[in-house]
Amino acid sequence: MSNGILVICEHDGGTFKKTAFELLAKAKALGVGSVTALVIGADGGAELGGYGADKVVTIAGDFSRHLTGAYVKAVQGAIEAVAPAVVLASASAEAKDALPRLAARLGLGLGTEVTELRNEGGAVVGRRPVYAGKAFVDVAVSSSPALFTVRANSFGVPESNGGSAAVEALGVSVGAGDALTSVVDTEAPSSSVADLSEADRIVSGGRSVKSKDGYDSLIRPLAASIGATPGASRACVDAGYAPHSAQVGQTGKTVNPSLYIAMGISGAIQHLAGMRTSKIIVAVNTDPEAPIFQHATYGLVADMFEVGPLLKQELEAALS
Amino acid sequence: MKIGVCLKQVPASDSRIKIAGPSEGVDASDLKMEINPYDEFALEEALKLKDAKIAKKVLVFSVGGKDSEQRIRDALARGADGAVRLDDPAFEGSDSLGIARILAAAAQKEGVGMILAGKQAIDDDNSQVPAMIAEILGWPQVTVVDKLEVSGDSFKAWRQSGGGARDVVSGSLPAVFSADKGMNTPRYAKLRGIMMAKRKKIPVKGASDLGLDAGSVGAAGAKVTLSNWGEPPARPPGRKLEGDASAMVKELVTLLRDEAKVL
Repeated sequence: MSNGILVICEHDGGTFKKTAFELLAKAKALGVGSVTALVIGADGGAELGGYGADKVVTIAGDFSRHLTGAYVKAVQGAIEAVAPAVVLASASAEAKDALPRLAARLGLGLGTEVTELRNEGGAVVGRRPVYAGKAFVDVAVSSSPALFTVRANSFGVPESNGGSAAVEALGVSVGAGDALTSVVDTEAPSSSVADLSEADRIVSGGRSVKSKDGYDSLIRPLAASIGATPGASRACVDAGYAPHSAQVGQTGKTVNPSLYIAMGISGAIQHLAGMRTSKIIVAVNTDPEAPIFQHATYGLVADMFEVGPLLKQELEAALS
Repeated sequence: MKIGVCLKQVPASDSRIKIAGPSEGVDASDLKMEINPYDEFALEEALKLKDAKIAKKVLVFSVGGKDSEQRIRDALARGADGAVRLDDPAFEGSDSLGIARILAAAAQKEGVGMILAGKQAIDDDNSQVPAMIAEILGWPQVTVVDKLEVSGDSFKAWRQSGGGARDVVSGSLPAVFSADKGMNTPRYAKLRGIMMAKRKKIPVKGASDLGLDAGSVGAAGAKVTLSNWGEPPARPPGRKLEGDASAMVKELVTLLRDEAKVL
């Protein structure tokens, strides 16, 4: 009889990501049985008990590079050992790559990138954006277990209550031979910043930064002042002022930060598609009719080159 | 080698989406339809491999009704050699796994040695079908690929791995790849291609042609169901700040700290 929730807890070399805490807390709050944290590729995790885990299961192996087959085998082994009713994972690149394959292997249903989860008579139901966020819909998954990926930052990240959970190493062995592909190289980014999709603060620039230098001298320092990840509109990327990895929007990344500052971005439908669920949106634009002002929490009709440096100064002062 | 390209018809990316009702879903009247933009990158990559003589033929597979034929003809006009439209009342209500079963069966019947698809469809934004097709066929997969190199039976595929880094993934064909923006620049159809495509036959196949058990597709086989359609949650009305740049910035930071509490 399957019950409870298995939460795949992502980590960076043993340091848990905020999404792990977010999902554990949500899983606990759903109240549909015990919460088991799954840690793949590390042997710790007792501290996850402070965020909602009733127990922790680990699977050993080198998962430092993402191999679809290895990830699938690990999660499959955990499902067999734990027999959960629901599996939750953050909608990371790895989970979005591998969980559909797992779903096909086991004949399961997968609800993609939900932003809400609720307990309906003991069953977990999700709600999610579709049509690039222009519509929302409930997702029910009838398989056992039901799989859901969750958009990062959908729920609050709690403080630890100091609790600790028992850690059990599962006898699931996974190796490179379980994958049909191999990673032969990793091209590192020019600067290391939090992944846009998981970033809690983002400062984005539009094409009116006018040049790569403009982007680098206006957007990057402003972002850095509040520990934000720099983003960009499609027009800005297409003009060569920012890298494609910084693009926010329908054909770029979908983001869900607490704070999104849009500098010189008009707010085309396709850009909004990527950032409209941001909790607080600040828009700076010289055009008072720019569509972004209809979605902004706070709007400044002003020149971003004037506002930018002043804002950086004020933010630094406020945070010091 | 034959390459299979999976293609879906979707509402144009700049469409205004109206909800007809909580159970009715999206109001489809007045919607302008297009080829799913990510599938265009997949198609272009296949055509480039054909241009480079790495592939002999490009076949398009699409699950859809008669109204989606125009999109298939567009793909033929750009240079695809043939297409199969997959349509059957039994397919209605399929979830991603059902769709993947249909496409995998169709591709397998045509003996393709590689499958390219867009990373997600811009209507349901599921990002599941390509990986599921790979699992059904027992092939390696690389999803969200922005650069692909094929040499003989080997491939190298570049994909974002988080924080701006990119992994270079290698493996052997046959394989499934899902395409991301930036992989290439899709070509337009030329007039001659459009004229030729008008005359091409597009066969239609259903569940029994593909040897599919009706219980494995459609609503009958679906484990994921959607309901209670609605507009996006309303944002509380925002406000425009007043004053010169310096005054607005000071007010903004105070609001961010004290009202919004995001600092």
